[in-house]
Amino acid sequence: MSDYYNPADLNKFAEIGKDAPELATKFFDYYSAVFAEGELTAREKALIALGVAHAVQCPYCIDAYTRSCLEKGSHLGEMTEAVHVANAIRGGASLVHGIQMRNVADKLGM
Amino acid sequence: MTTPFHDTLSAHGLELTREVTRTLQINVGRLCDLACRHCHLDAGPGRREIMTPATMAAVIAFATRHRFAVIDITGGAPELVPGIEELLRELAPVTGQLMLRTNLTALMAPEQAELLELIIDLKVTLVASFPSTNARQADAQRGAGISDRSVTMLQQLNARGYGQPDSGLLLHLVANPGGAFLPDDQAAAERRFKQEAQRRFGIVFNQLFTFANMPLGRFRSWLEKSGNEADYLQRLQAAFNPCTVAGLMCRSLLSVDWDGRLYDCDFNLAAELPLGNKPQTIFDQTAPPPAGTTIATGEHCYACTAGSGFT
Repeated sequence: MSDYYNPADLNKFAEIGKDAPELATKFFDYYSAVFAEGELTAREKALIALGVAHAVQCPYCIDAYTRSCLEKGSHLGEMTEAVHVANAIRGGASLVHGIQMRNVADKLGM
Repeated sequence: MTTPFHDTLSAHGLELTREVTRTLQINVGRLCDLACRHCHLDAGPGRREIMTPATMAAVIAFATRHRFAVIDITGGAPELVPGIEELLRELAPVTGQLMLRTNLTALMAPEQAELLELIIDLKVTLVASFPSTNARQADAQRGAGISDRSVTMLQQLNARGYGQPDSGLLLHLVANPGGAFLPDDQAAAERRFKQEAQRRFGIVFNQLFTFANMPLGRFRSWLEKSGNEADYLQRLQAAFNPCTVAGLMCRSLLSVDWDGRLYDCDFNLAAELPLGNKPQTIFDQTAPPPAGTTIATGEHCYACTAGSGFT
């Protein structure tokens, strides 16, 4: 295998259903329902998805939701802020574990 | 490589034929003060093709003989074409709705003050380009500083009554995507634009139209140069929605170019696909083509049938 990530694979996502179609159907139905217009607009959901895509560092998701955000009328300022939100939560999640570190150190130290 | 549009129609058991012609679209020329990157006509300041008084007279005579529900004047920037005032004056009484496409900047020059008064007097519906409430995104498509100038002109139009409830002065905005991607759902985009335009600039308007960029003219060149051409064409084709075909605007529209040549729509005009695939001019036609006439199609037609479509 020459590449772990191939952009063309994004269009093959549905093939994941080949050997477990019922599970795939349930997933894709749920996925569609999640992104439908609801209490949050489809545009807001796409911005959240873009932030999450960066947090989970999924290149397929970044590709798909960058396009989706643009198609739903978001601009680069909004999209960059969404990435910063993801980054802040990721960074904060690391940093807040510093309290755990301090608790352990306090217990062990004199 | 896209499937020929005609073959896609056939595969869905569809035919694209004209119905009764309700709209006369008049392209008065390629001259424009802007050179927008998404322009399907390659219009710009260097273009010299504009409608002559003789052609305007032929168009007026044609429109007087056959009363169109809507007359839609486009360009280029129609404001820059000599004789536009007379054209508006003559066409206003012979149609139910006279529309003028404006890029806003061509209308805000001091020398256009009289034209603006005439437009207000005649209650011409204005259809203005306004791709985004974000200045950076809009300027990337239309040129540096154009967004701020457009906002100023929209505020002036609002002050004169355009877009205001019950004024009778309709102001519609048109938003094309700022790149090689499809447009937002029109209703959702309109809600957001109305909210943002009001909040950020105090601007009101009547309706927003979202249209996919046509793979023609300057936009086609950009697609080629940027390496987006194949992917964009494929996406347009993949988004083909057979439900849009019945309501496509080419079914009820006749487009006349600056030199009098006739087309099924402004995009076929840009692609030089003549009306019904047979070169014809306004000078040798006495009436619009009858219902049932075949409409010329090309690869660009996928942009009108993508998603919610261009109706």
